[in-house]
Amino acid sequence: MSNPKGCKYTESHEWCRTEGPAAVVGITQHAAEQLTDLVYIDLPSVGDTVSAGQPFGEIESVKAVGELNSPVSGEVVEVNQAVLDDVSIISSDAFEAGWLIKVRLSNPGELDGLMDAAEYDKILADH
Amino acid sequence: MPEPLIFDKSQPGQRAVEFPPSDVPNAGPVLPENLLRRKPPRLPEVAERSVVRHLTILSRENFSVDTNFYPLGSCTMKYNPRVNEQLSGLPEFTGLHPYQFDEDCQGTLAILWQLQEMLKEITGLPGVSLQPAAGAHGELTAMLMFAAWFRDRGERRTTILVPDSAHGTNPASAAIAGFKIVQVRSNEHGLIDLDDLRSKLDASVADMMLTCPNTLGLFETDVGEVAKLLHGVGAKLYIDGANLNAILGVTRPGDWGADALHINTHKTLSTPHGGGGPGAGPIAVAADLVPFLPVPRIERGETGVFHLVDTGHPKSIGRVRAFLGQTGVLLRAYCYLRRLGARGVRETAENAVLNARYLQSRCPKDFATPYAGDCMHEFVLSGTPLKKAFGVRTLDVAKRLIDRGIHPPTVYFPLIVDEAMMIEPTETERRRTLDWFADVLAEIVAEAKADADQLHDAPHTTSISRADEVRAARDLDLRYTWDEAK
Amino acid sequence: MAYLGNPPDTQKDMLAELGLTRHSELFRSIPESLRFKGDLNLPPAETEMDLVRHVRTLAKRNRPAGDTVSFLGGGVYDHFIPSAIDALTSRGEFLTCYTPYQAEASQGTLQILWEYQTMIAELTGMELANASLYDGASAVAEAAMMAAAVTRRRKVIVSQTLHPESLACLKTYLINTDLEPVTVPWKNGAADMETIAGLLDDETACVIAQTPNFFGVIEPMEKLSEMAHAIGALLVVSVDPISLGLLASPGEYEADIVVGEGQSLGLPMNMGGPSLGFLATRKKFARQIPGRLVGRTVDHHGKACFCLTLQTREQHIRREKATSNICTNEGLMTVRAMLYLSLVGAAGLKEVARLCAAKAHYLAEGLSQIKGFGVRYAAPFFKEFVLECDQDADRVLARVAKHGILGGVPMARFYPQMSNRLLVAVTEKRTRAELDAFIAAVSQ
Repeated sequence: MSNPKGCKYTESHEWCRTEGPAAVVGITQHAAEQLTDLVYIDLPSVGDTVSAGQPFGEIESVKAVGELNSPVSGEVVEVNQAVLDDVSIISSDAFEAGWLIKVRLSNPGELDGLMDAAEYDKILADH
Repeated sequence: MPEPLIFDKSQPGQRAVEFPPSDVPNAGPVLPENLLRRKPPRLPEVAERSVVRHLTILSRENFSVDTNFYPLGSCTMKYNPRVNEQLSGLPEFTGLHPYQFDEDCQGTLAILWQLQEMLKEITGLPGVSLQPAAGAHGELTAMLMFAAWFRDRGERRTTILVPDSAHGTNPASAAIAGFKIVQVRSNEHGLIDLDDLRSKLDASVADMMLTCPNTLGLFETDVGEVAKLLHGVGAKLYIDGANLNAILGVTRPGDWGADALHINTHKTLSTPHGGGGPGAGPIAVAADLVPFLPVPRIERGETGVFHLVDTGHPKSIGRVRAFLGQTGVLLRAYCYLRRLGARGVRETAENAVLNARYLQSRCPKDFATPYAGDCMHEFVLSGTPLKKAFGVRTLDVAKRLIDRGIHPPTVYFPLIVDEAMMIEPTETERRRTLDWFADVLAEIVAEAKADADQLHDAPHTTSISRADEVRAARDLDLRYTWDEAK
Repeated sequence: MAYLGNPPDTQKDMLAELGLTRHSELFRSIPESLRFKGDLNLPPAETEMDLVRHVRTLAKRNRPAGDTVSFLGGGVYDHFIPSAIDALTSRGEFLTCYTPYQAEASQGTLQILWEYQTMIAELTGMELANASLYDGASAVAEAAMMAAAVTRRRKVIVSQTLHPESLACLKTYLINTDLEPVTVPWKNGAADMETIAGLLDDETACVIAQTPNFFGVIEPMEKLSEMAHAIGALLVVSVDPISLGLLASPGEYEADIVVGEGQSLGLPMNMGGPSLGFLATRKKFARQIPGRLVGRTVDHHGKACFCLTLQTREQHIRREKATSNICTNEGLMTVRAMLYLSLVGAAGLKEVARLCAAKAHYLAEGLSQIKGFGVRYAAPFFKEFVLECDQDADRVLARVAKHGILGGVPMARFYPQMSNRLLVAVTEKRTRAELDAFIAAVSQ
């Protein structure tokens, strides 16, 4: 599948897109597939601070645990409770229903440092 | 589930063991009411017969070395001699309390002391501690000793080098000992990439943890050079002794320049695996590390009397467990080495390697051999060709082996081999079993060609089919809750 | 050629099939300079018959406490072991199987472990338990690291009322971590609540205490639990599993992590090993638990079954970020404990605990009547107490030894200044006649 053009991407397979002053963050479908059966996710709470390039949580499958790295810095303003209740949503719809957190950006300039869809597609193709 | 839960076999008022009434007079209740528990624990109420039946039926659900070929790589599932059980079970041994005076423990202390001496000879290193309770525990003990050794010299080293093929306990043990891990690549021959090693050697490196033979079953031919390189920057070489079975009496880590290693008695020295323990992980160390060994030490006095000594060793790292160690397990290891003698020890390694090399030559070529070198006591195959051709993964092959009454080999380890299958027959298996295993693999390949689905759903003949591990992790059900009681 | 699968002729054929003539050729890849020349200097091989004779002779040089009237305690005790335990755990299917990584080949071991986890959780009043750690002492260290991981704090307050070897082990384990252990000396043979209160702050990961403590004293934990929780720290408590047949379970006082030595649950004394470390905790900490966990699930046909779960926490997957480095644990010893608890049941466990307490108190009473002897601490005790003597403890031990009695562990072994104190333990196995004989021997 191709990765949505409206999003920006990290090398560690997270995506984000802006919604006004906030950014919505998730992991890509590719990442979800690599992990296979998801069993658990650990997300921050509303009000927590996240930093670009730093872990903000963990995602766990039967065979592995991966760190979730934030593409952006700022304050967490919303957390996707639906995903906390049923982590498999990420596997079925990583880019929409499977969003993880919304962050009020403290440094919007960071978005420029992220990859666009074409660059991310290329990285996946090279693998 | 072939057998009900023991909780579901409970009948109120049923008991297996009773005790005589108290024969002492007490003036009133002995313990204040407020200290007593408010509700009793809900334990089974069953007769002895129910317990015996329960365990006996459950025992039939297990594969074991006694009942099945068990070629688990790096686990050395060799036969567990029964004389070891008989002797270590003698009441003169089992009835010893750890705080008895040394003079009352001379039998056990003599045995443990001699075991130490034998391990020194086998490893080629002058210092031994029998204290660690398992291999990982031995690794941790050695890493703590290295840290103490550096601290004693006013140095603080922060990094430990670990090959990309290392067992998970290596980095985990290093982390607890306060070290950062840096991985060293394996080269195209499956051996340590010396150039990569050289590039990562600096004054921050405390040691490298190397398994040799490595987890691909290959002897690290450059191990002598690795030792030199490490010593050249003032660092140490630790050998993970999990694969010692391949080299007993043939070569000794001390002679390679190793500074420390651990031995898994439940692998190399035949002590039983027990479903995950108890094992023991004694360590052997070079002379300059001896002061840092744990206490108590088992020492022999001039008159031949044995003592447990914990004073007079100020540089000791202290202790990593209570009491002496896994004494009962160590007694078994002693018995095993006494049965073998020097010749038997070497013949063990020779036949461990012969069986593996022979089995490797008989395995179907449909499985890839990722690394071409002479295998030692184990070898690694890759199931990638089957995945590509038939969509059958190593996991499916493993589960199908269960249908054939064979415990699967180690799978998906080492991490550097795709669809890995690590096979270690051990020296206690006979040729016919090896031929049979190779034939079964060939039959499974044929099944993969004909009907891959049969393999995806394997095993079919065990009392349960594939367990849903995803559900086990998502809906944690780690204990009985009495809401479900019938 | 002990234990080889193939006799020499077969080995020759196999070598020939590989194009080799001698065993030494199998080791071609090992550099010549590293090859060991000749035979190792090991004692010559013994036949089984000779081995048995030789080891039995060595065994006679032991004078095991199990064959005498023993009052030795301090973490390992002479409790009664029901006969079915040895019989069942010597079955090859349990003795010689491996870690149950392949669920379909290990349902026996897995179900027993799951039942064991349940029983330990029940006994301790906690929500869940793991499948074992090495021993009670290293379990304390693991619990401290777990508390730090859960709270993300670094300070570990530990009472010196813990078994000295647990304290030593904790110190050794934590020395290179960024955890900061603070040991608080005892006060009147119990945890010093005032000092602990003064040390508790928002950097504290946990407070670690033991009950009954090393001196045998039962320590109510409610206050410590409150104090720790008020500041967001965890309560870690090390307990005697037999005592839980009678005494308040840690769950009742809201403990967070419970550990201990399980030798009393059907394991022989064996000079201290193999041992059995147990750990029980709250469900919400499941992902920080060290060691293996067995979960119940279903197979692909919906049939109930068991498998290892949350393995992603363990070393083979998580590696340097694992909750612990433990791999091989105490396996067969957990089967023994599960059997012990099943055979004695709650009623039996309560009886054992009652008998221990009754006999220990009878003995303490009798010894206290002797001039110059008394129980050191006035606080309630369970099955062990510190006997204070008006003379060297070694003299007392020598005197009673003449009557075949092991009178207790000299406290000087742990605290050199306590040369006149003995740690005396009484289990359900001690008869009134033995207790009276001990009293009589001391008073001579």
